[in-house]
Amino acid sequence: MAQKSIQEKLAILSDAAKYDASCASSSAPSRNSADGKGLGSTEGMGICHSYAPDGRCISLLKILMTNFCIFDCAYCINRVSSNVARARFSVEEIVWLTIEFYRRNYIEGLFLSSGIIRSPDDTMSEMVRVARVLRLEHGFKGYIHLKTIPDAAQELVDEAGLYADRLSINVELPTDASLASFAPQKNAGSIRKAMAGVRLRQEEAAEPTLQSRRTRRFAPAGQSTQLIVGADDASDTTILHGSQRLYSSYKLKRVYYSAFSPIPDASNVLPLIKPPLMREHRLYQADWLLRFYGFSVEEIASGSNNGMLDLAIDPKLAWALGQRGQFPVDVNRADQAMLLRVPGLGAKVIARILRARRFKRLGFADLLRLGARMKNAKAFIVAADWRPLALSDRDDLRSLFAPPPEQLSLL
Amino acid sequence: MSAVLERVLLPRLGFAAAWREAARGLLLRRVPPEQVDWQRADDSPGLPLFGANADTPVIGDEEFRMPRVLLGLIEDVLCANVPDRFSLPYRAVWRAQAERHLLGDESDPDMARVRVLSKLVHRDAHKMKAFVRFCEEASHGDRRAFAAWFEPDHFIVEATAPFFARRFGDVDWRIETPSGCAVCTNGALRFSAETQKPAALADPTEDLWRTYYTNIFNPARLKVKAMQSEMPKKYWKNLPEAGLIPGLVASAEQRVIAMRGAEATLPAARSLRMEPYQQPAAMAGDVAPDRRDLEQQILDCTRCLLHCNATQAVRGEGPDRAAIMVVGEQPGDQEDLAGSPFVGPAGRELDAAFAAAGLDRASTFVTNAVKHFKHSMRGKRRIHERPGISEIVACKWWLEQEVALVRPRIIVALGATASLAVIGNGTAITARQGQIEQSLFGPPVIVTGHPAAILRMPEAAHADRLRHELAGALRTASRAV
Repeated sequence: MAQKSIQEKLAILSDAAKYDASCASSSAPSRNSADGKGLGSTEGMGICHSYAPDGRCISLLKILMTNFCIFDCAYCINRVSSNVARARFSVEEIVWLTIEFYRRNYIEGLFLSSGIIRSPDDTMSEMVRVARVLRLEHGFKGYIHLKTIPDAAQELVDEAGLYADRLSINVELPTDASLASFAPQKNAGSIRKAMAGVRLRQEEAAEPTLQSRRTRRFAPAGQSTQLIVGADDASDTTILHGSQRLYSSYKLKRVYYSAFSPIPDASNVLPLIKPPLMREHRLYQADWLLRFYGFSVEEIASGSNNGMLDLAIDPKLAWALGQRGQFPVDVNRADQAMLLRVPGLGAKVIARILRARRFKRLGFADLLRLGARMKNAKAFIVAADWRPLALSDRDDLRSLFAPPPEQLSLL
Repeated sequence: MSAVLERVLLPRLGFAAAWREAARGLLLRRVPPEQVDWQRADDSPGLPLFGANADTPVIGDEEFRMPRVLLGLIEDVLCANVPDRFSLPYRAVWRAQAERHLLGDESDPDMARVRVLSKLVHRDAHKMKAFVRFCEEASHGDRRAFAAWFEPDHFIVEATAPFFARRFGDVDWRIETPSGCAVCTNGALRFSAETQKPAALADPTEDLWRTYYTNIFNPARLKVKAMQSEMPKKYWKNLPEAGLIPGLVASAEQRVIAMRGAEATLPAARSLRMEPYQQPAAMAGDVAPDRRDLEQQILDCTRCLLHCNATQAVRGEGPDRAAIMVVGEQPGDQEDLAGSPFVGPAGRELDAAFAAAGLDRASTFVTNAVKHFKHSMRGKRRIHERPGISEIVACKWWLEQEVALVRPRIIVALGATASLAVIGNGTAITARQGQIEQSLFGPPVIVTGHPAAILRMPEAAHADRLRHELAGALRTASRAV
């Protein structure tokens, strides 16, 4: 078999990596190469260097080390039984690509994942070697995100956390039962144990050592995970319960939701549906409500329909329409927790409202200038010169927000 | 009679510093905003930098207010490509002298516009950091050299170029724009109003980048609008990958149809060869075979619902045979993560008690009445919940087998849950503290408080009493064996 060129390998191994949604390059500690030693910088905020026509940002060089894999996960393009073309990068090739792309300002850094070859330890140690060479031999100060392989040895994960800004491991499916049926070689328990291990090491590294008061670094940009939406029959409420469990147990930075999408040479056990992109979007909105708006899964579920989020309107609006007794809210008096529950008001706008109302009573035009989305908010608030009056009593309030129903095709 | 207009001319380069200096002078002389005519030098060539009234005497010498937050916003507004880029910031600073509340009130029209312009400029600068594409050029020294052409909407090059200097410290680079360029040589950054569009920028690495761009795109999730809102068409002409977009969009639907239409193929031949590698590794460890079986069964336990939200069951730890067995309530947050009993804060209290009693923890078998962590989830935290009767009863199955395996001569029951599981009575622990009772499993039991109670005790004296009692119970146990 002829040796593949680096371009051919790149085509295969980026095609194989695109089903991972995460491309975040944020919350790394500040580093730079202004002193002329090495290259690269991170300044907290992530940068998206390009956008693909699928609307997803391209921030990192997201590739697999190899798409050879001994596992047979039904949803995965790289499963052992798939007939896709296979390739494998050498450590040097990945390092070279990362650095040359970085120098031309195409990327913020590297997101390296891999199929499982031989054993978890073999795979993990190769990935760690890429990160080590980048950091130590090339003085690379850009962003590195490594996938951790479940059941890899502790020393390898320790070393990975030393060089990587973020570690992640995908739970892949919302329930243990679906994982067992679609990914027979994966084990939900060992995935959770790996995430638990990362949290423990992060907390350990945050404790000052006895010798010096400096804390050590372990994956300073935290850990994340991804799960596939729409491949199994789990409801949105089930998915959100799972996310809450992951956030509270392992202090994840992010749970990514990835709408199940058709893959080449698909397994016949899964339906090749149109990816449920709107459902994915609503899950992200609900996830935000959980993390930043003080909502519980039960509250979000109260606005859902048999555990499925309303696709026509956002989950906060859906909840508020079911809680008409709590509205309208007076924006000049209500506390932050209540303001966070008003549709059309985001956390930043609310911070501005709280500052501005110390000096004056806010009216409708003031709220607009502060950035509130009054189209959604106006039925739920009282302001100095605004009362929703009949608006909030309307039975058909939802229809003001939902897009008009489409006429069904006659064919 | 209207006041004489004071004209201020600002240079093309270094306008931010020049504006600050001019504004300071104007404020000191109490020149109101409506009397200042701000101009950019190249808009009215031939005029001196400052207007005719610049020698008006300074009135008073008291300090004026230039709040730091406002200064930050002003730096942005000065870069905006709008007619009021210089006058709006001066009016804001002028008003901030008298109106103390101005800064907090972003519903004020001036402040709202400052915020909007600041956001515009930030976005433009952010897009510059994102969309500048360097091409390698011939180098004249031993450092590699790169060049880029970029067309920003606002006057952001001076403010944004230092970002590239921090990022590409080990090479020389230049970014040319229609209104001037930033050049970084040997780490020194300089700006010039002259511009030199590099002729035919191209770099062979762009082919690899285009390969990457083509293959990272998922045709099944076409969302062209989402892409364009973040990467508007005006940037496309300078992005090497943008030429691919029309083709990728046009062929997306066909590619998805082809994927759907394809018949499922036979599994690749290699998949059969891989079967032996797919088996999970057997549990490691050098424990006795019957103990290993028991531990595996505990790990797999689904006798009650607690396994649903826990990371793992936490088995007892200690030698295969131990004279003393210590039974706690249930694993906590830390124990659930680590998979070992008593490693969190309560575990440290227990370790201290072992030390005070002169007993080696490693010689005893330490376990819990309930093997999974019972908790409720609140935001980013897990709150401990006391296990209920049904969970204690379900889990007694395992405790009984651990006792049968380890055959302790005495058991130390820590707290109410452990006493309920081991003795069948979990009430009035304070009164029974230090008592030796009969366990349901055979060996005698010493009842004492749980180390977590020490942590909850607000008064130091009470906490010390509990510590003393706990160490005392362990000491009694070690004397009894």
